[in-house]
Amino acid sequence: MQLEQLVSKFQDKDEKAFETLYNMYSESMLGVIYNIVRDHDIAQDVMQEVFIKAWHSADSYSSKKGRFFTWLINISRNAAIDKIRSKSFKNAGKNLNSDYFVDIIQDHDSLEDKTDAIGIKKFVGKLKKKCIEVIELLYFKGYTQKEASETLEMPIGTIKTRNRNCINELRLMLEV
Amino acid sequence: MDIKEYIESGILELYVAGTLSEKENQEIYALLLKHPELLDEVLKIESAIVTLTAAVSPTDTKHLFQAVKEKLGIQTDKDTPVRPLHKPGTNWFSYVGWAATLVIGLGLMWFVNQNNNLKDQIQTVETDKELLEVTLEKYSNDLTETKQLITFLRDKDIIAVPLAGQAVSPDSYAKAYWDKKTNTVVLDVQGLPEPPQGKVYQVWSLTLNPLTPTSLGTIDDFSTDDNKLFTIENANASEAFGITLEPAGGSESPTLEQLYTLGAVEQTS
Repeated sequence: MQLEQLVSKFQDKDEKAFETLYNMYSESMLGVIYNIVRDHDIAQDVMQEVFIKAWHSADSYSSKKGRFFTWLINISRNAAIDKIRSKSFKNAGKNLNSDYFVDIIQDHDSLEDKTDAIGIKKFVGKLKKKCIEVIELLYFKGYTQKEASETLEMPIGTIKTRNRNCINELRLMLEV
Repeated sequence: MDIKEYIESGILELYVAGTLSEKENQEIYALLLKHPELLDEVLKIESAIVTLTAAVSPTDTKHLFQAVKEKLGIQTDKDTPVRPLHKPGTNWFSYVGWAATLVIGLGLMWFVNQNNNLKDQIQTVETDKELLEVTLEKYSNDLTETKQLITFLRDKDIIAVPLAGQAVSPDSYAKAYWDKKTNTVVLDVQGLPEPPQGKVYQVWSLTLNPLTPTSLGTIDDFSTDDNKLFTIENANASEAFGITLEPAGGSESPTLEQLYTLGAVEQTS
């Protein structure tokens, strides 16, 4: 398993492996963090801190516990939530709860670097509202199945199957 | 197990989201090692989520890695020059760091010093407090004594005997307060001069017919007693009290030339 070898090298403090993993996941982490903090500079700071933290606590990860990506996204969500709860964080001017992640993607007009954004923008525009909600809560906000079922007022089992269908839809659009 | 059914259940999507329990995660990991098609499914789900979340990222992230490496003090891809975040030569981060260290160091020293000062102050205050407690104790005792004295003097059975100054010292005076029930005499000798070195006052009980003096004792700590009040035993049927100046240690019989004060007991009964 190639990824597992990479992670294992990273855990042995292999800098090259670290950089490879950074290149694989840093944009995803920045996306998740930005969706929570809604501030470019703060999101970048938090993302960098996340990778610094990951380097320092690499030993605490075990593939038995879950995916490396999942481990990383967990650190990111927690760091972002810690940030918006911190005293230094000013909510003023930041749109924290009205928009879903899709709205951010839709607003990505002016971003010159993001070559893949245009294609994705087209796809996510087709995602159903109920899919956007469930993906937002489970992947971007880190809700448990139970929390998501309470928030969306639907049975736990429905969350599981709906999420499966929504991810399938997404995969169809992204062709993975 | 039915792999297809397992995939359709949606559990692998939750596995990637990280919402499963540690036990479920371990079970799935074991299954992934056994069934490559499950692992393939997980990789596809993960890939979709990686792409989706990355699409939300407002900026590219490659240029941000340099700062991460710098903070960690690591160096990757040495041969490929990376766009430096700070201009070379202006290593003011380091200067600021040292300055901060110095400030913190001085700050710590100041705190230690302050702490020691405060400890000294606490010690001083503690000592002061003890001294005050001693003083208070003393005043409290004085007050008790004074109250006892007042109670004694106000007793209706007390006989007050003024002792007038005699030839050797006409300005002298004294007072005796005699409680016959308790055979106690409180002697107020504030009106007597300081006895000269080597001399003491001696108190006498006198019966007049015939004149018989009985020593009631010497006042040895005249100088050191502040209120000049002395309590002495007197079980005699005194008709008068007298105070003479005697050599230290007292005399068998009064030296009448040195009789300072004398007063007769008023016979009330």
